Amino acid sequence: MSLLAATNVAIERGDRTLLRGVSLRIEAGELWQLVGPNGVGKSSLMRALAGLARLGVEGAIQCNASTLFIGHSAALKRALTPLDNLRLHPACDTPVEDEQIRHALSAVSLAGYESVPVGALSAGQQRRVALARLCITPARLWFLDEPFTALDNAGCHWLEQQIAGHVASGGAVLFTSHQQSRFGAQQHDLDLARYASR
Amino acid sequence: MPAADQAALSLSAAFFRQFLRHGKTLAASPSDLLNPLLFFFMVVTLFPLGLGPDPERLSQMAPGILWVVALLASLMVSGKLFASDFEDGSLEQLCLAPHPLAILALAEVFAHWLGTGFLLALVSPLFAVMVGLPTQALPVLVVSLLLGSLCLTLIGAVGSALTVSIRRGGLLLSLIIIPLHVPVLIFGSSAVVEATRDGNVASWLALLAALALASLALAPLAIGAALRISLDNG
Amino acid sequence: MWSFIHKLGSPPWFFRFGGNLVRWLLPVTLILLLVGAFWGLLVAPPDFRQGNSYRIIYIHVPAAVVALAGYYVMALAGAISLIWRIKMADIAMKAAAPVGAVLTGIALVTGAIWGKPTWGTWWVWDARITSMLILFFLYLGVVALFEAYENKAAAAKACAVLSLVGTVNIPIIYKSVDWWYSLHQPASIKFTGESAIDASMMYPLLLMIVAFYGLFAVTVVMNMRAELIWHHRQSSWVRQWAGFE
Repeated sequence: MSLLAATNVAIERGDRTLLRGVSLRIEAGELWQLVGPNGVGKSSLMRALAGLARLGVEGAIQCNASTLFIGHSAALKRALTPLDNLRLHPACDTPVEDEQIRHALSAVSLAGYESVPVGALSAGQQRRVALARLCITPARLWFLDEPFTALDNAGCHWLEQQIAGHVASGGAVLFTSHQQSRFGAQQHDLDLARYASR
Repeated sequence: MPAADQAALSLSAAFFRQFLRHGKTLAASPSDLLNPLLFFFMVVTLFPLGLGPDPERLSQMAPGILWVVALLASLMVSGKLFASDFEDGSLEQLCLAPHPLAILALAEVFAHWLGTGFLLALVSPLFAVMVGLPTQALPVLVVSLLLGSLCLTLIGAVGSALTVSIRRGGLLLSLIIIPLHVPVLIFGSSAVVEATRDGNVASWLALLAALALASLALAPLAIGAALRISLDNG
Repeated sequence: MWSFIHKLGSPPWFFRFGGNLVRWLLPVTLILLLVGAFWGLLVAPPDFRQGNSYRIIYIHVPAAVVALAGYYVMALAGAISLIWRIKMADIAMKAAAPVGAVLTGIALVTGAIWGKPTWGTWWVWDARITSMLILFFLYLGVVALFEAYENKAAAAKACAVLSLVGTVNIPIIYKSVDWWYSLHQPASIKFTGESAIDASMMYPLLLMIVAFYGLFAVTVVMNMRAELIWHHRQSSWVRQWAGFE
C-alpha cells in the first residue's frame, strides 16, 4: 500500500484555481520534490496533502502513514528553551524521553543550548531546533516545506543525510526547495507547472 | 530512531502537555500576567474621577463597575490567546496532532484562564474596597468572578479563534464577543447586587455556574472548528 | 424530494428557480404590505390609552419578529454549510445577514419613535428594546466578520460558526435581559406586559407579519441571485443569460 495516494487533486484559492488534476503516489523508500515557479502552489499543495488545508481542496487524498510536517514557521515558542519546545511539541504523538531530545539537539550542533530561550537563538539555530524533530519523530512520511532555508552548509549537509537516511530505512519524504535536484537521480520530481491552470 | 510501535500518547497526557506548554509560555512573560491586573486597577480608578468621590453613590454602583471592568480586562487579553500560536506555526502543528483539536485548545484556554481571570478574581476584593463595595458582598464578588471569568474566557476564545487570522482583528473581536458576554455580565453583576442587599444570591450564582458548564461543553467545539477555518484563511 | 434538494445546490437551477419565485412572491408580498398597512394605519380602531401612536407596531412588531427569525434562518444555513458543505448555503447565509441587520435596525428606530409619545423619551432600557439592540450587534458581528476575511470560502465558514454560537446564546440573552429588567424594575413604567390585544387590531398585525416574512424571503432570494451571478460571472450559463454567448 502506498504511504500517500492523491488522485485528481485541485487547489482553489479564493476565486482562482491554482492547480488542477494533480495525481501522486508516494511509496515507502521514495523521495519526492515538488518543483515549479514561485506562486504556482507548491506550499498550498503540500499543505493539502498533509491534511492542513481543507477548504478549496478537491479530489481524493489518502494517507496511510504517520506523518510529520515542518512548514515555513518553526512552531517554536520564543520564551521556551529548545528542550521544552521539543518536549511539549503539540504534534508529537508519542512520549519523548529527555535523553532523546538532548541527543537530537547535539545532532543539530546545538549541544549546550538546551536551556537558552529560543528567542535568543539566531534564525539558523531556530531552524535547527525545528529540524531536530526529525531525529525524534516516529513518523514515516515527512512533509518538509523549504527545509533548507536559513541553514548553513554544514546544516544543509546534515539535513541531506537525514533525509537520505530516512528514505533508505523505508520512510518517504516530500519536500520543496528552490534548488533543483538536490538528491540527483535518487529523487522523483513532480513539476507543478504542468498542472497550473490558466 | 524510536520504534514505530511505541505507545501512543494518551489524551490526558496530550491535554496536560499542551496546558504546560501554554502555562510555561505565560509564566515566562510576567507582564502578560500583570497587565490585566494593572488595567483593572487603573480603570477602576477612572470611575471615581468620572462619577465624583461620593462614597454612597460609588458603593451603589460598585457591583456594576467591577463587573464591567472585569469584562473589559478579559476582552483585552482574549485577543492574544491564539495569536502567537497562529504566527509561529504552532497552530498548524496543533491541527496535525492525532488528538481532537477541541481538547488541545481547551487545555490552552484553561492555562490562559488560570493566568488571567482566575488571578483577577482572587485579587478583586482589593479593588472592590476602592469603590466601596460593602464587605459582606466580597465573597460573592470573588465567586461570581471565578465562575464568570471562566465563561468570559471560553467565549472570548471562540472570538479569538475566529479572528486570529485577521490583521488588526482586535476591534472586530470586541464587536463579535460583547453581545455574547451580555448574559455573563447580567448574572454576575446581579449576584453581587443581591449580595449587597442580602437578597437571593444563590440563584444568580447557580445560573452563572450553569453558563460556565455549558460554555465548557460547547465552546471547545466552536473553538476547534474556528481554528481550522482560520488556518484556511491564513 | 431528494432530487429537489439536490437541485437547490445547483447554481444555474437555483438562479432560474429563484427568478420564478421572486416573480410570483414579490407581487403577493407587495399586495399584503399595502393591504396590511392600509388596514392597520387607517381602518383599525385607535388604542384607548395611546391613541393613534400605537399604530407604529404595525411596522415595529413585524420587523422585530422577522429579524429574530432571520437570525435562525441564517444560522440554519450556516449549519447546512458546515455539515454538508453546500456552497448554496454559504450564499444564503451571506445574503440573509444584511437583510436581518436592516430589519433589526428598523425595529430599533421604530421602537425609539414609539417611545417618544409613550414614555416621553427616545430611549428606554426596556427589556425588549435592549434584546433587540443586542441582536443588532450580533448581526453586525456576522457582517463585519465576513468582510474582514480575505478568503471568502473561509469567511462563510467562520460566519457559520459565529451564527451558530449566537443561536445558542440568543435564548440565554433574551432570558437574562428579562431577569435583569425585572431585578432593576422601577415598577412605574410597566408597559410591555402581555396585555390582551383586540382582534380588530390583531388581524392587520398578523397580516403585516406574514408580509414581512415575504419581504425577507424575496430580498434574500434576490440577494442570492445577485451573488450567484457575480460568483459565476465567468461560467457559460451566466454569459448565456446575459446574452454574451
